[in-house]
Amino acid sequence: MSAAAPAKSGSGQNHGRRVVVAWLVLSVIATPLVAIYVGPLFPPGNATVESQGQVFDNQVMTSLMTPVICLLLVFFAYGLMNFRAEKNEALLDGPPLRNDSKVQFLWVVITSAMVLFLAGFGTFELLKDGAGGGQGPNPIAFPANHQSAFQVQVIGQQWQFTYRYPSLGGLESNQLVLPADTDIEFHVTSLDVIHSFWAVELGVKADANPGVDNVTYVETKSPTTFTVRCAELCGLWHGYMFDNGRVLSPAQFQSWAAAQEKIYASVKPYVNRDAPYSHTYLPDPQRRAG
Amino acid sequence: MRTGGKLALVGLAVGLTGVLVGFYTWKLTYEAGSPAYTVPVKMVAGRPVVDLKIMTVAAIGPKLSQNPDWVSYLIHTTNGGWKRETVWNLPANATIHATIYNFDGKSGLRNPYLARPQGIVGNQIVVKGKALNAIDPNDASHTFAVPQLGVIVAIPGVGDNAAHQCGFAPCSMSAAHVTVHFTFHTTTPGHYRWQCFVPCAAGWIDGFGGPMQTIGYMDGFLNVKA
Repeated sequence: MSAAAPAKSGSGQNHGRRVVVAWLVLSVIATPLVAIYVGPLFPPGNATVESQGQVFDNQVMTSLMTPVICLLLVFFAYGLMNFRAEKNEALLDGPPLRNDSKVQFLWVVITSAMVLFLAGFGTFELLKDGAGGGQGPNPIAFPANHQSAFQVQVIGQQWQFTYRYPSLGGLESNQLVLPADTDIEFHVTSLDVIHSFWAVELGVKADANPGVDNVTYVETKSPTTFTVRCAELCGLWHGYMFDNGRVLSPAQFQSWAAAQEKIYASVKPYVNRDAPYSHTYLPDPQRRAG
Repeated sequence: MRTGGKLALVGLAVGLTGVLVGFYTWKLTYEAGSPAYTVPVKMVAGRPVVDLKIMTVAAIGPKLSQNPDWVSYLIHTTNGGWKRETVWNLPANATIHATIYNFDGKSGLRNPYLARPQGIVGNQIVVKGKALNAIDPNDASHTFAVPQLGVIVAIPGVGDNAAHQCGFAPCSMSAAHVTVHFTFHTTTPGHYRWQCFVPCAAGWIDGFGGPMQTIGYMDGFLNVKA
């Protein structure tokens, strides 16, 4: 609206047309550059199918955002160059702003279309495979081969994550190691306060709530390393609650599991006795605390 | 006022602000890094070796803290006393022979997996002269854990019916206690946090408040220096 009011005022130049032309030229140049060259650099990378999907989502949103930013920049720059007061110029009130139904119509239609498109796009992307997000105990979005997914339980506690592998006899480790080219089904829970399991490069993020089984899926690709962080302020050592995980080839993963079995053997009877594997893992309050 | 005068005033104000910010930054940084106890080091075959003696007590007592009923760690100092200090200066790439005297009772581990000693030499602790590669999680009183070094040691507690139990620190060695020995290595210089994993803070929700959330009681730093 405000762009139209001064468009044919003052010197008689068509400011509106100039702004539109400059915006179109800048957008036609900037949008493909952002989409092609900047988009693929967005986090979290392409370590998993889900993280690759998140990079694509960021790419789409940034590409859509680029013309909007270009319009703001062009309008701002044009205004600074053409409508600034000259030195010693008397301050005069400008002409009154008047309603412009065309601009209003376009404004409502364009912004509504963008918002509705993003809502639809985001919903589609989320429901496609869960997008690596926690879905609670009853997930509704699944990757293609989720029935045969490899299960891993993530246990948060102040201030460390540990990981249990039910298909490996309930083996527990303080290292998150996953097989490559495999669908993974994470079951995220907590023993004390609310944590958030964030496997950054895998594109996985799920809250760890005490007594809740928060399920999320991810499909690993080739061997790589990744960082695990707690993304929920959880107490004194929250900032230190991180570790590094690995995605290994199936053969390397089997070797790792065999080595962990030996290490785990000494404590296995106690773990199975005191905390047999279940999707909700909430021990009773301890003696002193109880 | 002339432009020069205004500029001088602005410059003075900016300068004063800088001095104040610098002073408080220095003060906060200085205080954050201190106090820290520097553990004596001896050289054995060209490698730094440290004998780290620490104590855990059920209550720190009124002499050593304003929170007398808080559970706490203490460190043995060169003057033969015990100090409530959990930030310790240690050398890098050193061998640390740790001895923990635990005067506290059994609380139990919330995650029994942590009952297995990890990240220490041989992955074994020595309790009452016996090498153990796990303890019963229900017997755990505290843990000494340095997650960044992979060190986790669960410490068994004093039996509920043990005679002559220590009420509060400092505890006499004649009081009932469990002694745990283990050895671990420091690596590169840095600040490594350590903590207890047992929810041992009596009187707090699920045992995880107060001393479990405060450096100087059940949490601290290993300041590993070159």
